[in-house]
Amino acid sequence: MSKVAEEQEAAGPERGADASFDGLRMRGLTKEFASFTAVKDLDLDVPTGSFFALLGPSGCGKTTTLRMVAGLESPTAGTITLGGKDITRAKAYQRPVNTVFQSYALFPHLDIFENVAFGLRRRKTGDVDAEVKRMLDLVELESQARKKPAQLSGGQQQRVALARALINQPEVLLLDEPLGALDLKLRRSMQIELKRIQTEVGLTFIHVTHDQEEAMTMADTIAVMNAGVIEQMGAPAELYENPHTTFVANFLGQSNLIEGTIQKRDGDLVTVDMQGVGVSVPTHRTHADGDRGWVGIRPEKVLIGDEGEALDAPGNTIPGGVVTDVSFVGVSTQYLVRMPWGQELQVFEQNTGRRRIFRTGDKVELSWRPEYAFLLDHAQDAHAGAQLGDD
Amino acid sequence: MAEQGLRKSTTGYLLLLPGLLWLVLFFVIPFYSLVAASLYDPAGSDFRGYQMTYHWQNYTDALRDYGKPEGWNHPFWLILAAVIGVAVTVGLLLRARRGTSQTHSVGSYVGYGFVGALVGMAVLYPIFKALFVGGAPMVLSPLLRSLLYGALATAFCLLLGYVLAYAIAFKSGRWKTLMLVLVIAPFFTSFLVRTLSWKLLLGDDSVITHVFQALHLIGSNGQLLYTPFAVIAGLTYNFLPFMVLPLFASLDKIDYRLIEASRDLYANPIVGFFKVTWPLSLPGVISGTLLTFIPAVGDYINAELLGSTNTRMIGSVIQSLFTDANDYPAASALSVMLMVLIVGMVLVYVRRAGTEELL
Repeated sequence: MSKVAEEQEAAGPERGADASFDGLRMRGLTKEFASFTAVKDLDLDVPTGSFFALLGPSGCGKTTTLRMVAGLESPTAGTITLGGKDITRAKAYQRPVNTVFQSYALFPHLDIFENVAFGLRRRKTGDVDAEVKRMLDLVELESQARKKPAQLSGGQQQRVALARALINQPEVLLLDEPLGALDLKLRRSMQIELKRIQTEVGLTFIHVTHDQEEAMTMADTIAVMNAGVIEQMGAPAELYENPHTTFVANFLGQSNLIEGTIQKRDGDLVTVDMQGVGVSVPTHRTHADGDRGWVGIRPEKVLIGDEGEALDAPGNTIPGGVVTDVSFVGVSTQYLVRMPWGQELQVFEQNTGRRRIFRTGDKVELSWRPEYAFLLDHAQDAHAGAQLGDD
Repeated sequence: MAEQGLRKSTTGYLLLLPGLLWLVLFFVIPFYSLVAASLYDPAGSDFRGYQMTYHWQNYTDALRDYGKPEGWNHPFWLILAAVIGVAVTVGLLLRARRGTSQTHSVGSYVGYGFVGALVGMAVLYPIFKALFVGGAPMVLSPLLRSLLYGALATAFCLLLGYVLAYAIAFKSGRWKTLMLVLVIAPFFTSFLVRTLSWKLLLGDDSVITHVFQALHLIGSNGQLLYTPFAVIAGLTYNFLPFMVLPLFASLDKIDYRLIEASRDLYANPIVGFFKVTWPLSLPGVISGTLLTFIPAVGDYINAELLGSTNTRMIGSVIQSLFTDANDYPAASALSVMLMVLIVGMVLVYVRRAGTEELL
């Protein structure tokens, strides 16, 4: 125990010497490969019992982070503690952590029963037969126990992989894009299934994914990762509604980012000159340092109307738009509107049936409520993360 | 539709035709003449010609002359029965081990163990007795010696080859291709030349011999050449690539993520090897051991060049019966027996190793 205390002291007080934290904690975690740095000085706390998602595009370092937690990769620097115990240098087979691999990595020479029993047999604990039966029952595969993995469908294999990891009752369950290989419909039902199981067993789940919708559906907390660092962390709604960086704004859903000059920072309101139109943004939604910034607004928060039409959006009204593209998707209509300064903005309008659908070439006005807008740092790339959404 | 189907099936047969013709010409016909020759009247000769007399005694005579160890006064079939008994027992034990929790209870393990012990004792007791009759080691017959040397060379090949193949498959990185080329590099020179060079390596004045003498592994005037050691070493060397290549093919195919998964599931490297890597490499182990054992048992070059009259293998006996003694019936009978024996052992081995259950 004294060793643990030393480690924590060595980590320094500024890095949170909160010894009572019993979840998974990473401090200054860094992984350098020969030609690039996959993970840079990562600090992360995952509370016990949470469903935590690491979200990011491929190559952002999320899988490397997961592999370091699993013990399959050793960090170049930094520490990993679990329940107050330093596991940074522990071997993979000594950690109370199990992984559901992206490829499932089921043992092809063992049947389903033996695949699930593998961990229990290695640790020589518990009543293997009963435990495996109970676990196969949980994932509804008891009838397949004597089949080989190759005889099962993708969704069934996925459930075997989950059962094989869960049966060991790890302190942390790592899921490496576990649904990536499934088709959309199956993925949806597995998402619900996973969430149900997590609630049932109450273990800490860390879910790595590049699918923002999946992360938002399932996780309590999402950490958005980009180029080896965490861009922003928080509850799904918080991340979506109040992104702190252009990367988060673009990667999580879609955003309109419009260049503007900050004119006045006044109490809880910031006034911005956006291409000649004065708009305001709440201070707590402002994440820009200089005197310039990107005004951000989600397409579904933008209201579209005929010129001069009064819309329910006091404050920010931008005239002079021309509809350049209309796509009718059923539940909503998506417009592209060319603004006077040449930029095309996206607008989603719900098909409530009460409003007419505009046509290409119509002259329109856009507006939004100030409390929905956010302001981002001008130094950041306005297109960061935009094309990386779903690959 | 039917016409198309017919055409499709005839295409298959047409494609098979060259291979079938080749087999008929160069395997079926010579094999038929070999079996026929093994039943000729042994009194025949090149001058008087041979007569087909269905002389089955050729087989028992050959077994008596080349199968029975010197000093063994029991019938030869006892030895064969013992060998087959051991093979079956080992197979049963392997099967029982692989069965784990499925159908085998503790009782069945005890049962297998009991049968194994009985068979083992029945086999080992007379062998030990025969090996050391009056303190002098038994002189093996060429047939048994071939099986023993072949099995030992296969075992050494497996040990050396597995390590090598494992290293090439998992640890060689960008040197993989080069290392594979090096494995087959010996094939660029002739089998005979390579074996002859071992005569130099193991000669009385060679470094290796001196090292063995200095380490007191052999007497100060001891020899390496013309000993069983030399023959087995030669066999091991010559057939190593046949072991390494199929092993490499099997190991290289193993998804490394499976090994990571075993670590993740609490298997340390040793347990992970025996529970994941080894079972997944079994197809390579089986084809490698077959590719090594079969030619090694019938090989005569190594025994001829590196051995002495005390290390004669069945291959050199057959060769000298054919070319020196012109005793075609005996040579043919031995060849057929060797073939049947090997095919029988291979069948038992492959069935027991359970290739059908792999993947």
